[in-house]
Amino acid sequence: MPRIFSYILHKNGAADDSALELIAAAGKIDPSQPPAAVVCGWGRELDEVCQKLRASYAEVWRIGCEPLAYPDAELLRMVLARALPPGSILLVPHGHFGVDLSPGLAIRWNAAYAPDVVDIEGVDGRWLKIVRQEYAGIISARYRCDISGGAVLNLRPGAFRPVEMAPVSGQVIDHSANAGELTARRTHLETIPAEIGDVDITREAVLVSVGRGIEDRENIAIAEDLAEAMGAAVSCSRPVVDAKWLDKSRQVGSSGKTVRPKVYLACGISGSFQHMAGLKGNPFVVAINKNPKAPIFRVADIGIVDDILEFLPELASRVREETAIPGRERRRP
Amino acid sequence: MGPIADSTFSLIRGRELFLLLHLTGLAFFVYIVARRLRPLLAAQGDPRFDHPLQRLGRVLRYWLGQWRHPRFRYAGALHILIFAGFLILASRAFTLLALGVSSHFEGPSDPWYEILRSYAATVVFLCMAAAVFRRLVLRPKRYPRSADAIFLLGLIALLMLADAVFEASQAVAEHRVPPAYSLAWLAATVTAGAASAHLVQVHQGAYLAHEATFFFLLCYRPFGIQLHVESSLFSIWFSKLDPAELKPVLWGVDEAELDKLSSIGVKKIEDFTWKHILDFYSCADCGRCAEMCPSNAVGRPLAPGAFSIKARDYLFRRYPVFGTPRDGVPLIGGVFSEEEIWSCTTCGSCEAECPLFVEYIDKIVDLRRGLMDDGAAPQSLHRPLQAVQSRGNPFGKLEKRRADWAKGIVASNGADTLYFVDSITSYDERMQSIARSTARVLQRIGREVCFLGAKERDSGHDVRRFGEETLFQSLRAHNTEAIRSLEVRRIVTADPHAFHALKHDYKDLPPIEHVSQIIATAVRDGSLRLNPAPEGIYTYHDPCYLGRHNGVYGDPRDVLDSVPKLRRVEMQRSRDRSFCCGGSGLALFYEAKEQERMGVRRVRMAAEAGANVIVTACPFCLANIEDAIKVAGLEGQMSATDLTELVDRVTETAVAN
Amino acid sequence: MDVLVCVKRVPDTAENEIVSNADGTDIEREDLTYSINEPDNYAVEEALQIASRTGGKVTVVTVGGEDDEDILRREMAMGAHQGVLLADDGFQGSDGRGVAAILKAFVETRRFDLILTGVQADDGCAQVGGMLAAMLDYPFASLVTSIEVVEGGKLKIAREIEGGSREIHAIDLPCVLSIQTGINEPRYVGMRGIRQVASLPIPRFGAPEMAVALGYAGRQNAKVVRDGYYVPAASGGAEMLQGSREEVIEKLVELLKAKGGLN
Repeated sequence: MPRIFSYILHKNGAADDSALELIAAAGKIDPSQPPAAVVCGWGRELDEVCQKLRASYAEVWRIGCEPLAYPDAELLRMVLARALPPGSILLVPHGHFGVDLSPGLAIRWNAAYAPDVVDIEGVDGRWLKIVRQEYAGIISARYRCDISGGAVLNLRPGAFRPVEMAPVSGQVIDHSANAGELTARRTHLETIPAEIGDVDITREAVLVSVGRGIEDRENIAIAEDLAEAMGAAVSCSRPVVDAKWLDKSRQVGSSGKTVRPKVYLACGISGSFQHMAGLKGNPFVVAINKNPKAPIFRVADIGIVDDILEFLPELASRVREETAIPGRERRRP
Repeated sequence: MGPIADSTFSLIRGRELFLLLHLTGLAFFVYIVARRLRPLLAAQGDPRFDHPLQRLGRVLRYWLGQWRHPRFRYAGALHILIFAGFLILASRAFTLLALGVSSHFEGPSDPWYEILRSYAATVVFLCMAAAVFRRLVLRPKRYPRSADAIFLLGLIALLMLADAVFEASQAVAEHRVPPAYSLAWLAATVTAGAASAHLVQVHQGAYLAHEATFFFLLCYRPFGIQLHVESSLFSIWFSKLDPAELKPVLWGVDEAELDKLSSIGVKKIEDFTWKHILDFYSCADCGRCAEMCPSNAVGRPLAPGAFSIKARDYLFRRYPVFGTPRDGVPLIGGVFSEEEIWSCTTCGSCEAECPLFVEYIDKIVDLRRGLMDDGAAPQSLHRPLQAVQSRGNPFGKLEKRRADWAKGIVASNGADTLYFVDSITSYDERMQSIARSTARVLQRIGREVCFLGAKERDSGHDVRRFGEETLFQSLRAHNTEAIRSLEVRRIVTADPHAFHALKHDYKDLPPIEHVSQIIATAVRDGSLRLNPAPEGIYTYHDPCYLGRHNGVYGDPRDVLDSVPKLRRVEMQRSRDRSFCCGGSGLALFYEAKEQERMGVRRVRMAAEAGANVIVTACPFCLANIEDAIKVAGLEGQMSATDLTELVDRVTETAVAN
Repeated sequence: MDVLVCVKRVPDTAENEIVSNADGTDIEREDLTYSINEPDNYAVEEALQIASRTGGKVTVVTVGGEDDEDILRREMAMGAHQGVLLADDGFQGSDGRGVAAILKAFVETRRFDLILTGVQADDGCAQVGGMLAAMLDYPFASLVTSIEVVEGGKLKIAREIEGGSREIHAIDLPCVLSIQTGINEPRYVGMRGIRQVASLPIPRFGAPEMAVALGYAGRQNAKVVRDGYYVPAASGGAEMLQGSREEVIEKLVELLKAKGGLN
């Protein structure tokens, strides 16, 4: 069984939530072997992350070079190819970074690559059994990956629940020297943050969506508050756009946007066919509606009959309590 | 006072002066007209030389009879008076022309005509004053405040005045009195005491003024909206005999040959037909079309009259009478915006209103054909069009689900009537109830129906009007074959768009009826008895493609009026002035920039009329109106239903003969 | 600039009901309609715009069989100058790595300044572009939302990352880019256009015409093999949460955490 490594995404000195999820996934590949963390970056922030990871990872491989201050996949691919032992299994969170890094890395290693893995079902000889989703999440597929030459696995964030563990006192090992000389034919120039208010709901993983039940423009703030607490974005159904309470860019539906979130809160949305047609990828749908007969309850996973104008604010404060853990980054993958 | 022809004007004799003036004026006019005709010669062909008797009938009714003008009462009255005046004065104009060059010319001297024409000139003068008053003081919205229009009105008034003074001065000299209270009479009163020499000067001056103004107007008219004075006769003679027929891609080119053309549709102004160019010239900018246009009303960038005027101005720049062509902007993007072109719902209000029979739908469709050909379809339409191509409906749903609505309804396979359901009624959950109601009601009437089910494809009505002609042809071929293979003798549909397509866009099909027509017949001959209506004040919304385009106004109303205890009110905009609900099929996918939705406007009109139930006979109208009721915040106060749904409801326990 | 766009023919999820077939070995393919993978279409439009700005040709290529000629023709109707089909019995059953190796072999028979792919296709793997780049040893960028041609054989590109932010990179040519939807507004391809290219020839290359690296293509070389499709048990209707508002909120927060709804 090859050595398992977790690639740690981090920002501002704190590791991403996926760091713990990767441990859970590694446990499903090989319960006897705790994974090592690979953390690349530079400076004090890198050190902070490494120190914090000692509580969860027995071994933290620290690779610090100045060019790695900004996580650039082209450079990091080179670094990882050199620093990690050949034939290893690398676990990477699937996202805009993982998609940039992993396919090429797998080729470098001549290893198997499985992207956007949602479940791991065990090992059978040289085959690792995994589950993916295809066709915009409509259908699940079982795959086996030949890990005899190593593997790169991109795991879907949120698919692997972190497990309860005994606290660990890990050690940080510096492997910066293995990075080698870094040259790339792609250079990062700058990152332009999204304009304030410029939210692309089609890229959001969690949506708090409002319909006519929000009743008034002023009440939209309730949804926005909840969204902020959840690290989500606000979307809506068509009537809200028609009433000009939200911009058209927030509309989910057959004449609006098609969204593929992981979690969708339908608040005061009746669940019309046109609206639901914009919701793809089999998200976890929670419907909150005053009307117990609303059609949305036929298609939602969870149904709550309540007045959203009262329910949402209470939910928001409870969420804030729940997520108020220091160091936990409010990530929106 | 002697004949004008012999009079002296400074150093020239009348005869020479006016011969020169008249011939020069005429020559200029002919030159200008010839230059104006150039784009018509460069344009595409249009076979409009058929059915002369039918065309003559239209000219008599709409040109001579001014049949459409009274639709706008005050402007209509004014125009009829002016037009009648002009016709009466036509003979006078020729007389005046002749007087300038011939000293022996007597002219017709029917005393009744002399009186008539004096009053005609007076009336025209007063109408000019009234028209200027309306434009300057009352300022109806549909009139742009054009100095040009007022200038021309002033000139015509001047023409009348000059004629009056000419006549008056002669009458005074001959001690006659012009017809009482006419303009000439007024002028005579004013000049009564003038000396003989002065009278002669006034007489000559008036004549000169008249002729100069006459020829100025003659030559000036082709530079503006007044061109309609000359072109109206032609625009009406050559108008479309059957407005329901959509123009083919190119006249004279068989459909099968279209693939060989390198370009289809209108991309430059010369791609329009000569009749379309004539239309651009003929628009009088009266604003009636824009006032009725629903797109214009809700703030979309489309206004029919402006559309014509812009094109006309573009033609004037590209084919100027004097000088070299001045305008290099492309037609699309420079004159018309793409948004403007896609904003039209093809409701036909503009064409129903225009007194000059200017056509719009064919032009819009032709422009759309050009845009489609160049790949410039709006992004929001890509998916539905792709879906129509692969699945035969714009929703992308499976063919085999097309008959899902019919679960529980037995179709008779040997039936002689086909119920053509079309896409929205087949697939949309809400509209499927119309399909079921339709099938049930037809069965209650005793009509055995069958349907195509999974073999049916979208009728292609919208696809064609959005310019995807090739896709439409493929749908039509498929549907036609499927229908023929069933060997039915009649077709019925509840969808006015399908109704229109099958009736006019398809060929060689059995006769098609809309379900409202069948229900009306059954109600009239007693084979369907109706129970009392549910409580409410009902109003009927005329779907554009049932009413305006196909003339079915009475049948749905007869049905409603036969329902016991049904109170019905009429909206102000009804029948051929019905206000479009927002459009069908593809129009629903298109994201127009507008201030308000058409459906919302319509719902408010219903509320204003005092109704709380809107009945309509089209699934798209129903979809738009039900949606609009919610958007307008009138849920609970207003509801909508389909005619067939209503009939289904009130015949549930009735016995069908 | 001569641009190559790698495209794939997929069953559009909007126009099909995707279900697993009876024995779970594949999706049910009867009654499916296929079209070009949407991100690939954006890539072709981008390629056409780049080629028209810089002068050059656009070639579209796919790995598959005769049925896949449909989409090549559609992109040719859109404006691509040439469609190429890479087909061979030996290519059947390739995994992503295998497909990338086949494409690499084709790329090496020609000269392209830029290679584009769509960011991902029906299987959501988003891998072929990155793999192809590594095999060719070209620089790579994924999730590209804008491309600007800059002097000196470089491009300035933007990548779309979390929350709508954009990473701006300079990248050397030749390179491989995977294109995200929304980068442009693809032109419409009407039925007429498709009919007009219906009889244009599409060259077909197989193993003899290209040097595909050993150990990559074909079923026997796949490192990732599909074992079957299934649909996880779906509940009929929502599970209605009962109890006081507080209790309901507690339960909901638990569920949200589990499903990744709280970040």
